[in-house]
Amino acid sequence: MTAGPAHQAAADGATVDLAIVGAGPAGMAAAIRAAELGLAVVVFDDQPAPGGQIYRNVAHPPPLPRHVLGPDYHAGAALVARFLASGAAYRPSSLVWHMAEGSLSHTGPDGGGTLAARRILLATGAMERPFPVPGWTLPGVMTAGAAQIMLKTSATVADDAVFAGSGPLLYLVVAQYLRAGIRIRALLDTTPRGARRRALSRLGSAWSGRTTLAKGLGLLAEIRRAGVTVHRHVTDLAAVGADRLDAVTWRSGTVRHRLDCRTLFLHQGIVPNVNAAMAVGCRHGWDEGQLCWRPALDAAGRSSVAGVMVAGDGGGIAGAVAAALSGEIAAIAAASDLGRIDDATRDRLIAPLESRRRRDMAVRPFLETLYRPADAYRIPSQDETLVCRCEEVDRGTLAEIVRRGCPGPNQIKAFSRCGMGPCQGRLCGHTVTELFADLTGRSPDAVGHYRIRMPIKPVTLGDIAGP
Amino acid sequence: MFRSLTEPTGRLVTVSLDGRSVELPEGDNLAVALLRAGHGPFRTTPVKAAPRMPYCMMGVCFECLAEIDGVPNRQTCQERVVPGQSIRRQDGARSTGSAVPPAPAARGTP
Ligand SMILES: Cc1cc2nc3c(=O)[nH]c(=O)nc-3n(C[C@H](O)[C@H](O)[C@H](O)COP(=O)(O)OP(=O)(O)OC[C@H]3O[C@@H](n4cnc5c(N)ncnc54)[C@H](O)[C@@H]3O)c2cc1C
Ligand code: FES
Repeated sequence: MTAGPAHQAAADGATVDLAIVGAGPAGMAAAIRAAELGLAVVVFDDQPAPGGQIYRNVAHPPPLPRHVLGPDYHAGAALVARFLASGAAYRPSSLVWHMAEGSLSHTGPDGGGTLAARRILLATGAMERPFPVPGWTLPGVMTAGAAQIMLKTSATVADDAVFAGSGPLLYLVVAQYLRAGIRIRALLDTTPRGARRRALSRLGSAWSGRTTLAKGLGLLAEIRRAGVTVHRHVTDLAAVGADRLDAVTWRSGTVRHRLDCRTLFLHQGIVPNVNAAMAVGCRHGWDEGQLCWRPALDAAGRSSVAGVMVAGDGGGIAGAVAAALSGEIAAIAAASDLGRIDDATRDRLIAPLESRRRRDMAVRPFLETLYRPADAYRIPSQDETLVCRCEEVDRGTLAEIVRRGCPGPNQIKAFSRCGMGPCQGRLCGHTVTELFADLTGRSPDAVGHYRIRMPIKPVTLGDIAGP
Repeated sequence: MFRSLTEPTGRLVTVSLDGRSVELPEGDNLAVALLRAGHGPFRTTPVKAAPRMPYCMMGVCFECLAEIDGVPNRQTCQERVVPGQSIRRQDGARSTGSAVPPAPAARGTP
């Protein structure tokens, strides 16, 4: 931990200028820039080491050959080093569980606390989109992101797994497994037929698009060269088993398939992890391109709540490069809002970052079209498919609740405990909104999302008081 | 089923798993270490007593819940292996075990 002015400010219980939640690329880049501009900064992150999702554990990765996780991963080490030397106070293993006007409460290895902050920047990142297929709660079914996390933190893998779904992260994890020499049973690609053609028409003149496209195709070529069986246009995917996963079943065209397996890694893209921003009251809207909720933000990341800003994938999926740029932009805007730099300096600093971000994001419409998850994998059609994993509410029960006139996710409580389990709607919120919209013909915005409350995660007295 | 590609980075320490002694690498992610040790299911659900195991490994799904040192509903994917720790499978209990947090007091960050 660096002892800078910010650290002292925090230790005194004084008000810091900027409290950042999340030490991924967005939070780290924001901290570096804000400290440069003289702000007293504290960064909270619930993980034991900085990096966020993409650069998880990058400063001390397991001793795997560097090509396994690849150059895009190891590039994060430089950002982590700059962050740790930035003078911003860094609080690892510290979960921010409560926020109110100008203050936040957190857990921590030495006990938790409450901190006053003039500005709060939420850089809480993304999570994998819920992938409600029959059997997705069976032991043995995990996400592809989980496979990658186990690899990055503990060099831990499962042999002969099946990977299923769609999206760049899925192909990346499969390639990382193969580079580590792990046998893979099959890749079941659910990208719908015609997606590539539709997407190419949206590529336009995006140069970054060509690089991203080349990387994506490179991963697929790498997977094929390694001899992995790839099934394309997979529909009707299901996990089967009594007490644990025994097999995966699917259709390709009209042919039904079944493959015995003990581990299935699912992935259907990522969505902003909106619980923190929703709990603090930031206005959100449904993004039709990304098929997810995202907070309403201005160009610098200011939300609808005074003093609360959002940067990185938590504000809409844009990837690690754009996440870092948006973090820097938000830090500069915060410095200007706090009167530390004048408007001209602010605009001069933001302009080049803004144009780099625009160039980087030109590829998004293409990616969103290419990897748009098929309707059937977002809005389950079989009654027995579980939507709410925690409280075990299935699609049939929800359809019946809608038929009985329940107007939306917030009135569900009168009919079932859907969304009221420990995950606080993280794993069913998107599905419930889209299912309601589909069944009633209303828009996702009209249906709305669960009202999310503090604490963002259940905390124990031990968490708060410390050992 | 799950295995490590490298030697354990932490020294092996003894923890208690449902009353049985097992050796896990100190400091490793607890859920990962338990998966490698062949532990499962981690919990059963409150409604249908269905078996569950870690799903997301990033702290959002709450499928990896276990009782750690007597405290229920701990997310094992967000915990480390600590010597002498006691981990118990959690059967059915709803997540009422988590304390209602007191109103945050402005007491500064220690
Ligand atoms: C599982 C997963 C794996 C991914 N892997 C890759 C990859 O390999 N390559 C790639 O290009 N992209 C990957 N991504 C996409 C990723 O979203 C972006 O690349 C990038 O990491 C986004 O940066 P960020 O700073 O916005 O958020 P993140 O990198 O997600 O960082 C957010 C940080 O905030 C922490 N946090 C969240 N809430 C709280 C809280 N309440 N209190 C304290 N801390 C909190 C999180 O633990 C995390 O450390 C992955 C996404 C996921 C979900
Ligand atoms: S495995 Fe999802 S919260 Fe731990």
